[in-house]
Amino acid sequence: MDPASKLSVDIFKNDQESHIVIRQEICHRCELKACLRICPGGLYSVNKETGEVVIEYKGCLECGSCRVACPFGALVWSYPRGGFGVQYRHG
Amino acid sequence: MERIDAVVVGGGLAGLTCAYCLAQEGIQVLVLERGDHPGSKNVTGGRIYLLPLRPYLPELWDAAPLERAVTKEVITMLGQGSSLTLQFTSDKFREMPAHSYTILRSRFDKWLGERVVEKGGFVIPQRRVIDLMKDDGRIVGVISDGEEIRADVVIAADGALSLMAEQAGLRGPLAPRHAAVALKEVIRLAPEVIEERFGLNPGEGAAHLLFGAITPGLFGGGFLYTNRETLSLGLVLGIESFLESKPPLETHRIFEAFKERQEIAHLIKGGELAEYSAHLIPEGGTRPLPKPYGDGIVVVGDAAGLALNMGILVRGMEFAIASGYLAAQTVKKAKEKGDFSASTLALYQTLLKESFVLKDMETFRHSLEALENPRMTDFYPQWACKVLEQLFWIGEGPKERISSTLWKGARQGLLNFQVLKDLLMLRRI
Repeated sequence: MDPASKLSVDIFKNDQESHIVIRQEICHRCELKACLRICPGGLYSVNKETGEVVIEYKGCLECGSCRVACPFGALVWSYPRGGFGVQYRHG
Repeated sequence: MERIDAVVVGGGLAGLTCAYCLAQEGIQVLVLERGDHPGSKNVTGGRIYLLPLRPYLPELWDAAPLERAVTKEVITMLGQGSSLTLQFTSDKFREMPAHSYTILRSRFDKWLGERVVEKGGFVIPQRRVIDLMKDDGRIVGVISDGEEIRADVVIAADGALSLMAEQAGLRGPLAPRHAAVALKEVIRLAPEVIEERFGLNPGEGAAHLLFGAITPGLFGGGFLYTNRETLSLGLVLGIESFLESKPPLETHRIFEAFKERQEIAHLIKGGELAEYSAHLIPEGGTRPLPKPYGDGIVVVGDAAGLALNMGILVRGMEFAIASGYLAAQTVKKAKEKGDFSASTLALYQTLLKESFVLKDMETFRHSLEALENPRMTDFYPQWACKVLEQLFWIGEGPKERISSTLWKGARQGLLNFQVLKDLLMLRRI
C-alpha cells in the first residue's frame, strides 16, 4: 500500500499555508536530500522542472523526522496552527 | 489575561499528569493543547507498565481506558526468509491488577484530560504555543497563536521534538543520533479473531517485538501489540543509522516490506487499516536532558528525553507520567516558597533521581550502545536462522550429527574476537 492511500484514512484539518517552509537556497546545494527518504508519508519530492524540493504539507503526520534528519537546517519547521493538521482517533 | 500559576504546553501523559496533580493541590493550571483534544496528536507503540505508577496516582488506574492486559510476550528474530520466535506466558501476568496493558493514546489522553478538568484544571484545545516569553533570561510565560499568557512557571510537555526545551536554551536541536522515527498502522480486526490468532483468553493481549532482516544493519525493529478491536503494527528506525544505510531506502518502503513478511502477513490478514501515524521517539537512552529545568520552566516526559530502549523492553509512558507528577510536587514547593527560579526548581531533578525514572535510566544507560551494534540486526539473526535451518533440514544423503551441525555453526559464526567483544557488550543491556 502506498503512503498516499494510507494517509487517506486519516483525518486532516488543513490550513491554507504550509507549516513547513523550505529554504530552497540550501536544498539547491544538498545532494543527500534526507527529507525524500525519511518522511513516513512520502510527502517530499523534487519538482522536475524547477529542481525545487516541494512538500505536500496537507498529509503531514507532524512527526518532525524531516527536521531532525536535515543536516543543513533547511526546513523552517513549526507545528500547524492550533486546531489544524492531523487528528488521530486511535494514536 | 492575568498571570496564572502554571501553564502546561502539550496535552500528553506528562503534561496532563502534572496538571492533574497541580489542580488537585488547588494550584491554577492551564494546559494548552494544539490538537482538537488531548491525545489527538499523540501516538504510542504501545504498552504501558502500571506497577511503577501505582504509588503515584493510585486512584486513577482502575478506571483508565486501557486496551488489553499483556499476558503473552513474543520476540522474533528475523533472517532473510527465515525466523526464530520465542514466546512466553505466565499466570503471574494474569494476576490483577495486571502489570502491563496495551494502550491507544487518543482515547486515553482524552480521558486523562477530562480528569484534569474534573479537578479544576483548564484544558484548552486547538491552542498552539510557538514562543516562550522571556524577561531578563527568565521564562515568564508563553505566546500562543498571538496571545500572551503569563505564568509563574511553564511546564514544557511538548514531546520528543520539544521546541520549548530548545527555545529555553536547555538543549540544541534534536540530533539524528538521539531520535528514532516510528511508523505505525492501526489495523481493525474482530476481538474474537485477535484472540484466536494470537492464542489469547478474552481481554488478554500480546506484545510482539521483531528484529533482524527487516532493518538489516540498522538500529531499529518492529512491534505488534493487540488492542481490544485493533492491532498496532509499527516499525522504529534510528534516524542516524537510517540515514547512513545502503541502499538508501524510504522509511515507508521498509515498513511495507516488513508487513509483507509472512511472519506478519498472516497475523494481520483480513484486517482493515484504521489509521496511519508517525511519531518521534527520543532514543536518549544515554542522555536525558542534563538540566530539565531553568528559571520559570520545567521540562517533562519525552521533551526531557525520558525514554528507554532496553532491547526487549521499551519504556517511555511511565517515565512521562512519573515526571509529570514529580514536576507538580516541585511546582507546589516553589509556590509555597514563592520562588520559581532555577535553584528552587532544581528539586525536580533531585526527585527524578530518587525515583525509578532516572534510576532505571542509569541502570540501562549503556543498553543503547549494545543495541546500536549493526550486527544485532544483521549478522546474528541471519546466523542463528541459518544454523537452525541446517539443523531441521533433511536433504539427500546422510545427515550429520546434530552436535556437528551446531559445532560447525558455532565455529563459523561465533568463535572470533568480534563476537567475544559483542558478548561483553551485551552484559550492559
